[in-house]
This record gives sequence, structure tokens and C-alpha cells, in this order.
Amino acid sequence: MTRKQRRAGLIGVVVAVIAVAVGLVLVAMQNEIVFFRTPSDVAALKVKPGDRFRLGGLVAKGSVIRGQGTKVEFSVTDTIKTIKVSYDGILPDLFRDGQGVVAEGKLAADGRFLADSVLAKHDEKYMPPEVAKALKEKGLWQGAEKSAKSGS
Amino acid sequence: MNGQRFEEPAAAVIIEIGHFALMLALAVAMVQMIMPFWGARVGDYGLMRIAEPAALAQFGLICISFMALIYAYVTSDFSVLNVFQNSHSTKPLIYRISGVWGNHEGSMILWVLILALFGAFVALFGRSLPQRLRSDVLAVQASIGVAFLLYIIFASNPFLRLVPAPLDGRGLNPILQDPALAFHPPFLYTGYVGFSMAFSFSIAALVEGRIDAAWARWVRPWTLLAWMCLTLGIAMGSWWAYYELGWGGWWFWDPVENASFMPWLAGTALLHSAVVMEKREALKVWTLLLAILAFSLSLMGTFLVRSGVLSSVHAFAVDPARGTFILAIMVIFIGGSLTLFAMRAKELRQGGMFAPISREGGLVLNNLLLTVACATVLVGTLQPLAAEMFGLKISVGAPYFNMTFVPLMIPLLLAIPYGPFLAWKRGDFVGASQRLMAAAVIALLLIVAVFAVVQHGPWLAPFGLALGLWVIGGAVSEWAFRVRLFKASLHENLRRARNLPRSVYGTTVAHCGMGVLVIGIVATTAWRSEVVTTVKPGESVAIAGYDMKFIGVFPGRGPNYQEQVGRFDVSKGGTKVLSLFPAKRIYDAPRQATNEAGIYPSLTGDLYVVLGDHLKNGGYALRAYFNPMVRFIWIGTLIMFLGGGLSLSDRRLRIGAPKPARKPRNAVPAE
Repeated sequence: MTRKQRRAGLIGVVVAVIAVAVGLVLVAMQNEIVFFRTPSDVAALKVKPGDRFRLGGLVAKGSVIRGQGTKVEFSVTDTIKTIKVSYDGILPDLFRDGQGVVAEGKLAADGRFLADSVLAKHDEKYMPPEVAKALKEKGLWQGAEKSAKSGS
Repeated sequence: MNGQRFEEPAAAVIIEIGHFALMLALAVAMVQMIMPFWGARVGDYGLMRIAEPAALAQFGLICISFMALIYAYVTSDFSVLNVFQNSHSTKPLIYRISGVWGNHEGSMILWVLILALFGAFVALFGRSLPQRLRSDVLAVQASIGVAFLLYIIFASNPFLRLVPAPLDGRGLNPILQDPALAFHPPFLYTGYVGFSMAFSFSIAALVEGRIDAAWARWVRPWTLLAWMCLTLGIAMGSWWAYYELGWGGWWFWDPVENASFMPWLAGTALLHSAVVMEKREALKVWTLLLAILAFSLSLMGTFLVRSGVLSSVHAFAVDPARGTFILAIMVIFIGGSLTLFAMRAKELRQGGMFAPISREGGLVLNNLLLTVACATVLVGTLQPLAAEMFGLKISVGAPYFNMTFVPLMIPLLLAIPYGPFLAWKRGDFVGASQRLMAAAVIALLLIVAVFAVVQHGPWLAPFGLALGLWVIGGAVSEWAFRVRLFKASLHENLRRARNLPRSVYGTTVAHCGMGVLVIGIVATTAWRSEVVTTVKPGESVAIAGYDMKFIGVFPGRGPNYQEQVGRFDVSKGGTKVLSLFPAKRIYDAPRQATNEAGIYPSLTGDLYVVLGDHLKNGGYALRAYFNPMVRFIWIGTLIMFLGGGLSLSDRRLRIGAPKPARKPRNAVPAE
């Protein structure tokens, strides 16, 4: 094998591996990306039931209702619109009224959000940046949680 | 009476000394960056020799600075803003110390400290390096130091004072008050910053237009050390997340986790590439590029963690101004180094040729797969950022990474056992396959056995397990081949085993560790069981053959927290095994609740219990997992770490170790 053939072969292998990787990435991106939406987004975009996404906002005060066993219902709001969420499982430690929350799941036909995971936060003052940003955009940012300056 | 507290004059001075030392270090670093580099270009030895004392001085000064900060934390000096924000008088001493680097500003001091430490190592132990190379390396090292010291002093200064000093601090997030997490940053940073050595050497080589096997001999030990520490640091982070975050998960493809994983992937490729360079003077360009990539990814990792652009469980620093500063650092160093590489790489002499099927060829494949896998992780991690620029808010999670990263690892794992069996320059694939026959057979038998015994779970799982066993089998087979196991007398086997170089054992052990890791990952992912339910005192919960009887919840008190401790008596087949005590804690300062899981660890799997909320009917919500063979994951990484250590301790590879003076046989005395 001449040097040129060898180099061509090497380039061929490199291209092949990269092509496979790119293919995997594209397929994965299409299927596995999860969008983040606030309750207002859900209403505005007319999200279809069955579409998987992440719902973010604040836990509406007084909305937490515990059902049988580990079933629980609460409402997520961005102070404009509110969506009821159903979840069966243990809620993260810092979950409470007025706190930022991100739930992942899909919409049911009746407009409720069926969450299969509620994201855990480990800082009381932590508000997920997605939620904070969305609230800021709607001009509802309260008290600029000084999460910026306090470090963890 | 009010918030005023009068500091002993000595204490106040110590802080200011620390602050001043930092600024002096910046000045020294600037000198170290410019003079030796200029001297190297014009051939002025006087200028070049400034590098070593400057490096030592820089290290000494930053040491003083660091110790001043530790002093402030240990004495709970709340006049220091950083201590106020991150500490509290009731914190146990060890967490007061680890709190120094548990926050943004303090961790940056740790970063430059380790950077200066490595520079000092070169100054002290690099005596047998050519002066010009040494000066160039120290100059590049200093330039990184300058950048970060500027950042620290002007955008992230831990020595800022609070007047009047508050009575007590805000406290450290209780979740971070933990032994694993106390040591996680130092190991991680040694890894990140350790790659700066390979980077500095690479820039020096590009500037000089020269790189050879001796260069690789120098770079390999440092890269190995960095890789070892990064491996352990990542493993500690994973282990911590497992027992602290309450989900029994050991890896979440969290942006901050990925930020440490990407340098690891590039670093692993770099390590292997340096081996080839050392032995065959081939793959020069790969090695240089990988060194630049590994350190660039370390810088990027710092940026991702620090600027808070990606939300994650860490949420360290959420300050865009700082993020911009670090972005500027990144653009200068990454952009600059890659530009230099593009311009100068062709100056390097071409190395040895090799056949496609050879050890070099195998290592090229290794580099390729690791680098491409690293790229897919990078894409997945940055995708949300990119999407945000187009107004889309998305998140990329485990499913994406499983679909892209895992398939790329499979051919790599298949190839690992072949590497050591292929000769340099031209390897014998058929011959290697024959020697790996035993390993292949054992792996296939495992597949059959697992299918026979385990009837549930994903059908790909037995193949995954077999892959891990194949890697282990391959490593052992190679060792067996080298000692002529079963082909020579036991005495001969032992003799050969004793004489094998440590680096060979290092490879064998590290690859075995990889196999163990894979087995752990597959087993725990495939066969994990979960029970989410409610339970009243006296009731039992069954999981994975265990029976857990809930006794009740009892109050307790720790050094800086109150807790509600649940008690579960665990039995198997009627006999009691142990009691588990999952707890819910409320810390004093800051007032925060955490959940401590009750874990029963064993090699076959962990029983993992988390107590949920107290329910109206008197019961408690409960989450229980059984994680099969999850310990193999961290045991595997530990074995890899040990393998690296073995390789590092190989006498032949130690730089600076003086060669024993050899007296010529028939020495003729000088007249």
C-alpha cells in the first residue's frame, strides 16, 4: 500500500465514523429533544396531547392536593395562565408553594399535564433559569432572586 | 450588641496579606510569561532562566493566598465577604475547610494554585529538559495563570471585605457538606488543570516547530496524573450524586457532569496517543491536537459550570459578567492555540509509517472513536444553548446521549483487547484473534448463561455484560500470553510476571477496570427495580427478594441539623439482614431540608430507600430501589485509577529521575 492509498484509507475510515456519528446525532435530536414551555406557551402554541415536553413555572399557592398513596395534584402558573398537573410519586424535598418547578411529561386530552418526573432542585432560592428567563420576558420577575451573587 | 465585631488586628492583616500575595502572583506571572518567552526567541539564557524562580515564586505566593483564605474560613472570619456568604460558625471544621473551594471564588483560587503547582513541578523536576523548551512551557503556563489571576482579582475576588462584619454567615448548602464532595473539586481540578501541562508543552512545541519522542516522554506522566485525578474526581461526583440526590442514579448527563466527562474522553485519547508518540514517533499531529482539545475542553468545562448558562443540579455561579470574562479567556486560548496549530503543524517532521492493522492503527481508531464520541457529547451539551439563540427552549437528556454515545463506544470496547496484541508497525489480526479466542468464548458463554437465568429486562443487556467481560478477558489474556501461562513452567510464569514492566501491568489493570465499569453500568441500567408506594408503621414492602418492615419514624439531632429518621428492618428469606435508616434532615443554617437515603450496599446490588412525605393517614410515602451491581461502577473507576498509578510508577517513564551513573567496564582514568 502506498502512502497515498493509506492516507485515503484513513480518511475513508474517519469520514465513515463521523458520518455514523452525525447520523446518530440527527436521529437522536429529532426524537429525543424535549421542549421547555411555560403555561402561557402551552396555551399559545396549542400543544397537542401526547407531545412530551417540560412544563415550568411556579407552584400555585394552595394548589397542592394529595390523593391516594403517592398521587398528588398541583398547579403550575406563570401568573398569566395556570395548568393543573397530576403526578404519581415522591415530590422533591424543596417542592412547595411559590417555588419554581419544572415537570416533564405530556398533556392529557382534558388539558391537565401528566407529569412523570418533577425536577429536583437543591437550593431553596434556586429558580431554574428557564423559568426565571420566561418570567422575566413576561415582566413578572419578582425580587430578582439574588441567586446571582450568593454562589451555591 | 449589633452586627459589629472587632477583629484582632492580626487576623485582618492575614487576609490582606493573602490578597496582596495574589496581586504579587499576578505580577510575577506576567514576568514569567514575557521574559522567558522572549529569551527563548532570541536565545538569551539569562532571560530564559527567569522562568524557574518565577514559577516557584508564583506558586509560593498563591500558596500564601490560599492559606490566608483557609485561615479566614477556619476562624470563621465573617468580615470576609466570601466567608460570610458560604460559611457558618456551627459548620464542622472539615467542612469549613472544604467550604473554601465549595464556592465559586474560592474554587478559582484552588484552580490557579494547582496551575502554579504544576509549573513549579516543571521548574523543580524538569532539569533535564532543554532550557528553551522549559522556558517556553513555563511561559505558556504563566499566560494561563495571568488570565485567571486577572479574572480572580477583578471579577471573582474572595478577599473582599464586609464592614461592619456580620455576626454569622449564611452557611454552606447542606447538600455540599459531605466528604465525597469535599474532595471532589481538588481531584477534578488537578485533572482539568493537569491537562494544562500537555497544552503548554504542545504550544511550546508548535512555537519551536519541533516535537520528538523525548517530548512525549515528558508529557506522558503529567497527562497520566491528570487523567488519574480526573477519573477519580468524576467517580466521586457520581458516587456523591448517587447517595445524596435521592434518585439512586449515578449519571444524569447533566451539563456539569458532561463538562468533566469531555476532557476525560479527550484526555484518554491523548494518553494513548502519547504512548504511540513515545514508542514510534508517530501520531505527532494527533497528540498535539488532542492536548489542545483536552485543555480547551477543561476551559470550556469551567465556563459551563461558572456562567450558569445551562441549568443543572449544580447551579454554581449565575453571573453573566463573569461568564463573559471566561468566554474571552476561552476565545483567546482555544482560538489562539488552534490557529497556531493550523499554521505550524506542518513544520513538524512526519513520523514513522505503519500498516492499518497495527498497534498504531488500533490507537488511531481509539483516538477517532473517543474524539467523535466527545464531539457528540459536546453537541448534546451545547444544543440547548444554541437553540436558545433561536428562541427555542429545549432540554437534551439521557435518551439523546444513550442513542449517540453508546453506539460509538461499542466498537471501541470490541477493539480494546486487540490493541495490546497487535504489534507495532505491522500487526497480525488473525494471530491476535487466536490468542483472544478464550476471552471470546467466555464472553459468549456469559451471554447464554444470562439468557438462561434471567428472564426479564432488555434483551441487549447480556450482550452488554459480555462486552465488559470481553474487555476484562482480553486484558487478562494478554498478561497470560506475556507470562506464557499454561505454556511454560509455573516457575517461568512467575519469573516473567515479576519482570514485566509496571506500565504493562498498568495497561492490563486499567483495561480490566474499564470492563468492570461496563459490567456495572449494564447491570444497573438493565435490571434496576423500583417501588414507589406508601407505608404505615408495621407494614412491609417487598423488593428484589428483600422484605422491608417499616418500624416507624423517630426524631434525632446532628451537629448542625435536626432529623426525622425512619427505620426499616430488612430481611431476606425470613432472616433479618440489617436495618436501614433513611432520614429527612432540616439544617440549622441555611434552613434547608435534605433527604438521606438508607443504603444497603453489596457487590450484587444496592438496596436503596428514600423516605417521602408524612401523609394524612399516618403513613409515609416511600421510594425503594434495588440497583444491581452498581458498586462495580465505582470499583471499576478505582481500578482504572490504580492501573494509571501502576503505569505512572514505572521507573522507565519517570521524568527527572536521575539515571544511575554507570561506570564503564574498563574505565581509563583521566590523565
